[in-house]
Amino acid sequence: MTDWFTSLTPNEQFAIFSLLKIMIAVFTVVLPMVAYSVVAERRISALIQDRIGPNRVGPFGLLQPAADGLKFILKEDFTPAYARKVYFWLAPAVAMVPALLTLAVIPFGSQLGSQKAVIADLNVGILFTFGIVSLSVYGIVLAGYASNSKYPFLGGIRSSAQMISYEIAMGLSVVPVFMLVGDLNLSAVIDYQKSGAWLILKQPIAFVIFLVAAFAETNRLPFDMPEAESELVGGYHTEYSSMKFALFFLGEYAAMIAVSAMMVVLFLGGWTLPFAGLNETATSLGMGLLQVGIFIGKLLLFMGLFIWVRWMLPRFRYDQLMDIGWKRFVPLAIANIVVTAIYLYLTHGK
Amino acid sequence: MEILFYIFSTLTLLCGALVVFNPFSRNPVTSAMFLVLTIICMSGLFVLLKAFFLAAVQILVYAGAVIVLFLFVIMLLNIKEEERQRFRKFGTFLGAAAVAGLAWILVTTVMNSRAGERSVANNAGETKPLGELLFTNYVLPFEIVSLLLLVAMVGCILLSKTPETEEETE
Repeated sequence: MTDWFTSLTPNEQFAIFSLLKIMIAVFTVVLPMVAYSVVAERRISALIQDRIGPNRVGPFGLLQPAADGLKFILKEDFTPAYARKVYFWLAPAVAMVPALLTLAVIPFGSQLGSQKAVIADLNVGILFTFGIVSLSVYGIVLAGYASNSKYPFLGGIRSSAQMISYEIAMGLSVVPVFMLVGDLNLSAVIDYQKSGAWLILKQPIAFVIFLVAAFAETNRLPFDMPEAESELVGGYHTEYSSMKFALFFLGEYAAMIAVSAMMVVLFLGGWTLPFAGLNETATSLGMGLLQVGIFIGKLLLFMGLFIWVRWMLPRFRYDQLMDIGWKRFVPLAIANIVVTAIYLYLTHGK
Repeated sequence: MEILFYIFSTLTLLCGALVVFNPFSRNPVTSAMFLVLTIICMSGLFVLLKAFFLAAVQILVYAGAVIVLFLFVIMLLNIKEEERQRFRKFGTFLGAAAVAGLAWILVTTVMNSRAGERSVANNAGETKPLGELLFTNYVLPFEIVSLLLLVAMVGCILLSKTPETEEETE
């Protein structure tokens, strides 16, 4: 086995390790996390509203995702007669894929054995994530268009306007971060935070803007206009049933995990903790795994925040949403860039 | 690597052709979606040239924002009429003329240049060299283009704004 492996060229070894990382990260970490964040959402919402929530399937309702999955597969997959078939089939897939692709450039740990704990160490990492995140709007827009009926259509239109607006605020908010770091690579962002304070302390405004924009980008309350139940029935997924609906549903949670991971990397120091030598690159496998654990812990913190906020805040009105995006956050983000630039010029300038 | 170049360039050309000349559907949404595919394939070509920044920006700006706005407009307009329309002679003629002009420029440029001459620096597509070039050698064109975009933006807002009525109710 090892003989065969060492006989391969470095390129082939790299390909095998990348495939392994993708398999492990997606199938044993992300997808179960998606399934269990749905359970967590239901249990936490029950807690907040003084209910009990799903507790029948397995101990503490922990097997609920299996029951849900089985139900989704067995349900009738209904396609309305007037829907545009090709796009109707395409949309759920397009909604799910970008969220999973984003995770490719997230450094989820320092070092596992001899391998860097990141699937693709791109030198334009952050631009890659923004590019892929910006593609996720197509799933919703196409769903709205393909359903060919009023409410999904309105949901699709709303989401395209909303996601484009908040992408600008989101993109501008991270510019100061990279002005400080001096590199677009996400591993470099973590290296920068290893030695000094986390960026949430240095760029609190950027963090707040990014956090709010993340809520808008993932269509979560208080910004869930595209699927506002009380006005649009179900929004863009009104006409979807069975596994196709499940893909939209899971895609939303996968997108939440993706933006949470981005926030952990950009503002919370990624896999580092500022004590017990945990902010140094791991030398042993156990240490590496511990750092992956720290990363996942921080990620779960944000997931909890997403769920908590959903059941605490009412929905914005659509014009308020646009107002706050364009008239508050975009100017604020630009001001933040200018202030950071002036600060950098005064301290490091020539 | 060479095989990837052929795959991506074939796909780019194929999808590009399907944007304007799709025998199966005259649906503008389909055209827009093929435009997205064209752009994704083009960014694949940029990656092969090691211009990662340009590749990412290509997807971010064009696929992620511009064409979403295209879709937005298409969906707001009545597209049934557009679907019924056949190829128009005038449009076809103009399009062919534009393509011929561009092809002429391309062919003469390729014919006049020798291999290896005037090749760009290896890392011109990287973030830092690109930024430095934009703010030194090309600062004037860069500023002019940004001014042009600003004018377009102000014009858009002016045109789409409804004439001022009384007080706005808040």
